[in-house]
Amino acid sequence: MLSHYKQKFRIWLFRPKIDQGTVTLTQRRIFILPTKQGLVLGGVLILMLLGDINYVLSLGYVLTFLLAMMAVMSMLHAFRNLAHLQIRAGRVDAVFCGEPAQFMLHFDNPSTLVRHQLWLRDLQGNKVSFDLPAQQVSQVAFSLPTHQRGWVQTGRLSLYTTFPLGLFHAWSYLHFDTQGLVYPKPLPFAPLPVSLAFNEAGKNHVAGEDEFAGLRAYTPGDALPRIAWKAFAREQGLQVKQFSTPVGAALLFDYLQTPERDVEAKLSHLTRWVLDAEAQGLRYGLRLLGSELPADHGVAHRDLCLQQLALFNPPSTMTQKAQP
Amino acid sequence: MNPSLIYFLLLSIAMVIAPHALHLPVWVSVLCGVVLLWRTLLTYFYKPLPSHKLLIVLTVASIGGITIEFQTVFGREVGVTLLVLLATLKLMEIRAARDVMALIFLACFIVITNFFYSQSMVTAVYMLATLFVVMTTWLHLETPNAQLKARFRLAGVLLLQAIPLTLILFVLFPRVQGPLWGLPQDAHASSGLGDTMSPGSLSKLSLSDAVAFRVNYESAVPRRNQMYWRGPVLWDFDGRTWTLGHNAFVMPPTFTELSQPMDYRVTLEPHNKSWLFALDVPHQLSTEATLTDDFQILSKAPVTSRLRYRARSHLVYHANVQELDTQLRRALALPAGFNPRTRELATTWRAQQSDDALLVNEALRYFNQQGFTYTLEPPPLGKHSVDDFLFSTKQGFCEYYASSFVFLMRAAHIPARVVTGYLGGEFNGVGKYYIVRQSDAHAWAEVWLSGRGWVRVDPTAAIAPGRIENNLAMAVQDNSAMSFMARNPPQWLRNLSLNWDAAANQWNQWVLGYDSERQFDFLTRLGMEVTWQKMVSWMGMGLALFIALFSAWMLRHLFHRTTDKIQDQWLNLCNRLAKVGLAREPSEAALAYAQRVAQLRPDLARPFLEITQGYNALRYGVAGQAEIKQQQWLVQAKQFARLINKTVSKLDS
Repeated sequence: MLSHYKQKFRIWLFRPKIDQGTVTLTQRRIFILPTKQGLVLGGVLILMLLGDINYVLSLGYVLTFLLAMMAVMSMLHAFRNLAHLQIRAGRVDAVFCGEPAQFMLHFDNPSTLVRHQLWLRDLQGNKVSFDLPAQQVSQVAFSLPTHQRGWVQTGRLSLYTTFPLGLFHAWSYLHFDTQGLVYPKPLPFAPLPVSLAFNEAGKNHVAGEDEFAGLRAYTPGDALPRIAWKAFAREQGLQVKQFSTPVGAALLFDYLQTPERDVEAKLSHLTRWVLDAEAQGLRYGLRLLGSELPADHGVAHRDLCLQQLALFNPPSTMTQKAQP
Repeated sequence: MNPSLIYFLLLSIAMVIAPHALHLPVWVSVLCGVVLLWRTLLTYFYKPLPSHKLLIVLTVASIGGITIEFQTVFGREVGVTLLVLLATLKLMEIRAARDVMALIFLACFIVITNFFYSQSMVTAVYMLATLFVVMTTWLHLETPNAQLKARFRLAGVLLLQAIPLTLILFVLFPRVQGPLWGLPQDAHASSGLGDTMSPGSLSKLSLSDAVAFRVNYESAVPRRNQMYWRGPVLWDFDGRTWTLGHNAFVMPPTFTELSQPMDYRVTLEPHNKSWLFALDVPHQLSTEATLTDDFQILSKAPVTSRLRYRARSHLVYHANVQELDTQLRRALALPAGFNPRTRELATTWRAQQSDDALLVNEALRYFNQQGFTYTLEPPPLGKHSVDDFLFSTKQGFCEYYASSFVFLMRAAHIPARVVTGYLGGEFNGVGKYYIVRQSDAHAWAEVWLSGRGWVRVDPTAAIAPGRIENNLAMAVQDNSAMSFMARNPPQWLRNLSLNWDAAANQWNQWVLGYDSERQFDFLTRLGMEVTWQKMVSWMGMGLALFIALFSAWMLRHLFHRTTDKIQDQWLNLCNRLAKVGLAREPSEAALAYAQRVAQLRPDLARPFLEITQGYNALRYGVAGQAEIKQQQWLVQAKQFARLINKTVSKLDS
């Protein structure tokens, strides 16, 4: 019974719901409680007051009251540090599993105050701290480690601060429903399926493996052997060797052709193939259980393939580890 | 840890323990200094902190040292010393933010312990400065990215906001009369008159400028030679030292033929002894105390905090005309085997003179005519101290005269005793009160004459009348040993000193002496009904009012967004246009917006395009190239605003 009312009270107090659009941190949304340090200071102040009374230390009273009142005023400063910020959720770039997903948040601080030492924290305890300059919109990336492919969300974030003295914890909840896509983690290395290339293209050589065509900038997921280490040594940054592609060569990556038994491993294998094929400028298609993408190339096509892989949901009979 | 945070922490701790440096054992002060320096160098050269083992050894060794030094682990001195040492050593093992926080709390605690030793105005100012540095350090911990200037500003703001709130709390927080638990023996340092007197004890005291008490006379002011403030009365002599002796039984004294009443208020500095000071002879006292049969006033407990009391004395009196035989016998006792020449002299006098009063005059004449001098630095005396003084050295301070005079009287069978206390005082014209300092300490004699009772005789007056009529510096010929202020400094310096003392007196009365009694008086005078509940509710209201004011002041920054008139006016125009359905897209540049508006509303096109161009020129144009002046533009914009309003009213109609 009591817990029911407690639950109701929490709902009334914190109003858990998904935030849409721009959230303005009004007074209603900001909560303040003392921190552990704040409670310790309270204890110290009581001790001091007892000492003042016992030893009749008038200046002791003054010091005790000064400290207490500074603590009280610090509560107001903590509130002001959060008040009237406007927050909007931004984009989330897709990442490969294992890389942190970066959730962009736009913080608009229209006031003339610098906001010091704000923190964002999720329920798992991931956190990031930042300052917001006055009269600016700042972007803050909340990074979330990824452990499995598919959609990832931050869940309810708390935006908090213990500024200025660490005595009070002022916080507000932000719950945006933005989600980031997590691709399967590519295998470190997997040779492109030669036989498939034969079948599809009818040509007698492995497409794109031998004609060097130049360098391009590294993007996450590129195969390590393709990185131009010499160029890197010349301090030209991470670059990837590109090879020319005979026109018309096309590959079809089939889920069932991957050697692994495990669903996730199969997807990892396919991911590597997609990345390598795209890197080499090949045309490629993707066939999963129950869906097929025709051969094509280009970044958009690659992303579509990766998305299919990320969101692949094996038929229930085969389900072992994969989750939606 | 950030080195600049460490430097600030070092500065905070240094400031906090600096006032303690002088009264801590020397080795502790030196150790603290060395540790602070060591820590500074480690930080400066980016060296690692010493190992845990070394710190533990150091800590255990110094705690052991303190135990040996003080012979105890309890008491205030030991506690303060331990706190200072631990805070300093803690600097050597800062590994997390938590350690810094602990040190900051410790620092605040050490600041309060300093008030055991001093609560003067200077200490208060120093406390504020220390608190400012401590707060800046504290803020450093929570705002690692901020600029130092921002941190200073914030520390200042917090401190300034806290001051009025503190004032409210200070005035209204219900005062409880302490102590809550037993005070340790060493709770308060003692200075002032002791309960014994030996050659040199008073002259040592008279080097001190410290204030013994302050006096406000209610109406009349007594003559200087009546300003005898009675302290301990000494009966017993062992050949060198006078002591209180034991009063066999306490009988209230009887005073007769009283006249010349004098009302005054005394603010007594704590001296850790029980006697209170009053003019001879005390009649009434506002505080709880007993009057002994030798007219000392003893409070119930040692005076450990500043004490205020009112008193009435009668300057003309006959005291204990009927004295008990036991007391008279005490007043005649002399140690055997001392000062044979003095006894001989007294016997000679006695043989010639049978009248006690005349014999007293004989003795005074002796002091006056035998080449005695009044000095702060008399030569040392041997075993027969009175003989040596009276017949060979002939140089001494008041205790020499009082002691030898009483000895002479007793040897001549006149009951006599030594009275110590204070004589005179300095008038402070700024605050209209008298300051009595330790340098006004004095010793005189009392003889019992039949029919007159106890009569005050001051042998010092026979040698150095200036001491009684003026002050010590006028009376002592070689005053180089005295403190500077007790000699005769230039007038301006004396005025400055008097002003300062007047301020200190106000400070003592209103800040340090603000106890439950004073609080009651003050609030009653303000017209408040002084009850616990009233005080708390007024306090709550006062705090709430000020916090509300501060909130309004602080939160105004949140709503005050632009300070640019051009920008304000431009946004105002955009808002007005939005009302007629021409809202600006967030992504739209000013000119693009104007062009869109121009297409949709040809009637507004020309003025709005002009205004937009002006706006761009004023806001983004190269300085000096703006063709249109700000004032002109504002006028134009206002006209345009009216134009929009007209179209709105047209639409409405």
